Amino acid sequence: MSDLISIIVANYNYWIYITLMMIGLYAMIAKNNLVKKIVGMNIFQTAIILFYVSIGVKKGATIPILQHGHGHGAHTVVHAVDYVNPLPHVLMLTAIVVGVATLGVALALAIRVYDRYNTLEEDELLAQIREK
Amino acid sequence: MSHNYPALIVVVPLLSALVISVAGWVNKRLCFPIAFAALAVAAYSSVGLLFRVLDEGVIVYKLGGWDPPMGIAYYVDHLNGLVLTVVSVVALLNLIASKKSIEEEFPEKTGPFYTLYILMVTGLLGIVVTGDAFNLYVLLEIAALTGYGLLAMGEERAPLASLNYLYMGTIGACFYLLGVGYLYIVTGSLNMVDIAGILPSLYQSKAVLAAFIICMVGVWLKMAFFPLHAWLPNAYTYAPSAASSLIAPLVTKVMIYVMIRLILTVFTPEFSFNVLAVSDAIVWLAVIAVVMGAILALAERNNLKKMLTYIIVAEVGYMVGGAWLGNRTGMTGAILHIVNDALMTLCVFLVVGNIVYKVKGAGFDDLKGLFRKMPFTMGAFVVGAISMIGVPPTCGFFSKWYLISGAIQAGHYGFMVALLFSSLVNVVLFFRVFEICYYEPFSDHHGHGHDHHPEPMDEAPLSMLVPLYVVGAILVLVGLYTGDIVDQIIQFAIPKGLV
Amino acid sequence: MKITGLIVTILVGGLLIYAAADFPAWSDPNSPASTYLSPHFIEKTMEETSVPNIVTAVLADYRSFDTMFETTVIFSAGVAVFILLRTFRRKEPEARHYRHVLTGVTMRIKEGKLPPSDDFERIDTLWTPPDLIIKTVCRLLIPFIQIFGLYVIAHGHHSPGGGFQGGVILGASIIVLAISHNLRTVVKRMSEKLDAVLCAVGVLIYAGTGALCLLLGLNFMDYSALASVLFVDPIMARSHGILIVEIGVGIAVMCTMVWIYSNVSSRGRYEQGL
Repeated sequence: MSDLISIIVANYNYWIYITLMMIGLYAMIAKNNLVKKIVGMNIFQTAIILFYVSIGVKKGATIPILQHGHGHGAHTVVHAVDYVNPLPHVLMLTAIVVGVATLGVALALAIRVYDRYNTLEEDELLAQIREK
Repeated sequence: MSHNYPALIVVVPLLSALVISVAGWVNKRLCFPIAFAALAVAAYSSVGLLFRVLDEGVIVYKLGGWDPPMGIAYYVDHLNGLVLTVVSVVALLNLIASKKSIEEEFPEKTGPFYTLYILMVTGLLGIVVTGDAFNLYVLLEIAALTGYGLLAMGEERAPLASLNYLYMGTIGACFYLLGVGYLYIVTGSLNMVDIAGILPSLYQSKAVLAAFIICMVGVWLKMAFFPLHAWLPNAYTYAPSAASSLIAPLVTKVMIYVMIRLILTVFTPEFSFNVLAVSDAIVWLAVIAVVMGAILALAERNNLKKMLTYIIVAEVGYMVGGAWLGNRTGMTGAILHIVNDALMTLCVFLVVGNIVYKVKGAGFDDLKGLFRKMPFTMGAFVVGAISMIGVPPTCGFFSKWYLISGAIQAGHYGFMVALLFSSLVNVVLFFRVFEICYYEPFSDHHGHGHDHHPEPMDEAPLSMLVPLYVVGAILVLVGLYTGDIVDQIIQFAIPKGLV
Repeated sequence: MKITGLIVTILVGGLLIYAAADFPAWSDPNSPASTYLSPHFIEKTMEETSVPNIVTAVLADYRSFDTMFETTVIFSAGVAVFILLRTFRRKEPEARHYRHVLTGVTMRIKEGKLPPSDDFERIDTLWTPPDLIIKTVCRLLIPFIQIFGLYVIAHGHHSPGGGFQGGVILGASIIVLAISHNLRTVVKRMSEKLDAVLCAVGVLIYAGTGALCLLLGLNFMDYSALASVLFVDPIMARSHGILIVEIGVGIAVMCTMVWIYSNVSSRGRYEQGL
């Protein structure tokens, strides 16, 4: 039992990311308001970013920027265990940018929808479409 | 220069998209020639690349000069050589055919429209050529974001349909990204070939199983596989014709390519078909997709374009089912159908584009008397339609033949019946359209029946007809040379382990 | 819809929890992700690219192709927002409003006539006077924000930073100007055309650098080809190549942020927004 608890506590990052992801996914499917769906989409993307960044963490390591890169001590040996994994950080920089870009386009589309129908509530939109 | 073809395919369109964007602010007339030149170079390099692959086998191109697992590499083999050629040729023909309608519909925004068009093609070509799982995600998002922009430029409901597509597309892409993350956490690599090399020792891992499921669901969302198809019909129907005739033939097909790439290269056929015992279930899902796509198309009695979008949903079922039959014939059929379906869909959507250009609508009411009014366009429509139905010598027949023989070989008669059913439904669908186009003026219900004068011929301009006829000719040519395509190219695209 | 959502969410959550049981322990230095590729990046970056910030090196050199498309994604979003929202040729209102800058007197002038002197600026009907304190504080802050943005771009080799971060800071400085004053003030300093062209130019700097390497005889994005042009050794050329593309990224990101903001906040009319 205490084993299980220690595993659960040790991997808490993963549980948080799964929770966030479920919140985002639920908002995207179940919410009625289009902007709330966009908010859900952002939570969903953020959850994935948290997941990737959690992969990169290494106990007892520091940020992946070499100290004394140039100048004094430039030739000291670098040990991989001293620095966290840089690759997930690089990948997530890309994912953040993609998230921002998607958000921009989604907001622009929402504005177009609002201009046309004067509402962002999905049920009202469907009612207006059915009327015609 | 020929060793740089893999880079040129993607880089030339990208650079020209940027130049077009600047040119759009200076002189709008420059945009089309630049776009045309870019796609022509891309098409030329992809054909050249395909021939080099036929001669030399797999080509690896290291971007930045870094060796594969460290940097990003392009792998061009028989499979993506073929798909690259199809994508670039379809995009080029559609660009020529759509010039008039783009310039008429968006007089002020031609520059940005061409920019998005070329960026979208860049994204699709990149997806096909890349050998890096994460790079694929970035390119997926380029193709998706430009697609949302292009699709939303249509009629009044287009922005809403496009926004729904954006939600579903984002979920799909994020699922794919998450799946790649799961593969990364257990293998430590992002390179597809490298992952495939590490995976065999991890076949029993739950994380690999989850990665597989998440990736597949993500890709299915993006390709509109039946229960996840809800975004597709509206998004494509209300889009401007230039955008829908680019996106409808290519996006779903490229996503099928991604699925086949995941099955064959990343997870390997051994894992996909033998370790996981899911292929039978997925083929049954495909059966449902084919049948439901056909029924939904049959139920659509208002709009020709919407009817065609439901046929796309059914065709996606063909290819998913064929790929998951788990034998060589079925996989051959699926890959061949990527080529054929891209061309057939292009053909019928170009026809719809011509009709919309002239008649300003694609509702069934607008089609009356079209055989007399636009005989050349409708002639091409007949070719596209009989190919979709699957009549020899058009290419649609041959891929269906392979799919059905694959189904018989696998003993999966449900899939065979679904294919035949959907072909019969296609017969009904297209002959219903022909009937409206041919006979309707005589059953005139506006009251002035007998003194009704047949409308004079009013055909679409030559720049729209010529590409359409080129597509029609390709449909027949691909049909006639199916044997060569299968023996010379597709045969080598499928790993030897799959029998 | 709520029930579908709940079922889908629980299914996905269940699958993810099930799979997480097989993950290597969190922050384990011996996990596959930390032992396969990352040691090479950490130990070899300095000698291969001469950049101490490993994230920058991997971003703009080892995986520079990803980053090029990342910049393209932002650019695509800018173009997509523009094509969706921008409205041209809106019927010009019959009368325009002008405001005398020094006294704050507002005038309504009929179409075709010009204000009496150059001291007038055109305002929109929705115009509200900017708050004096906010306006002054922003004016004071913006130069410092911009210098910081330039520092972040230029110092990306040695400290956290780089093109994206610096570009966002530069873009934010301009958006702050738009919020504290109004959109017309920004457009007067940086026209829409300039903004849109610079977006493309930024990405063009990036992709062009890669294409230059190709023309110089090596693979696309292989910065060591630049050695012959920059008169440095191939390793140093990689470091310089990274700086060049980071500048391109910075320009592209800054301009796209401003472009998207202007279109979204004014619904494509380029007037007083929000």
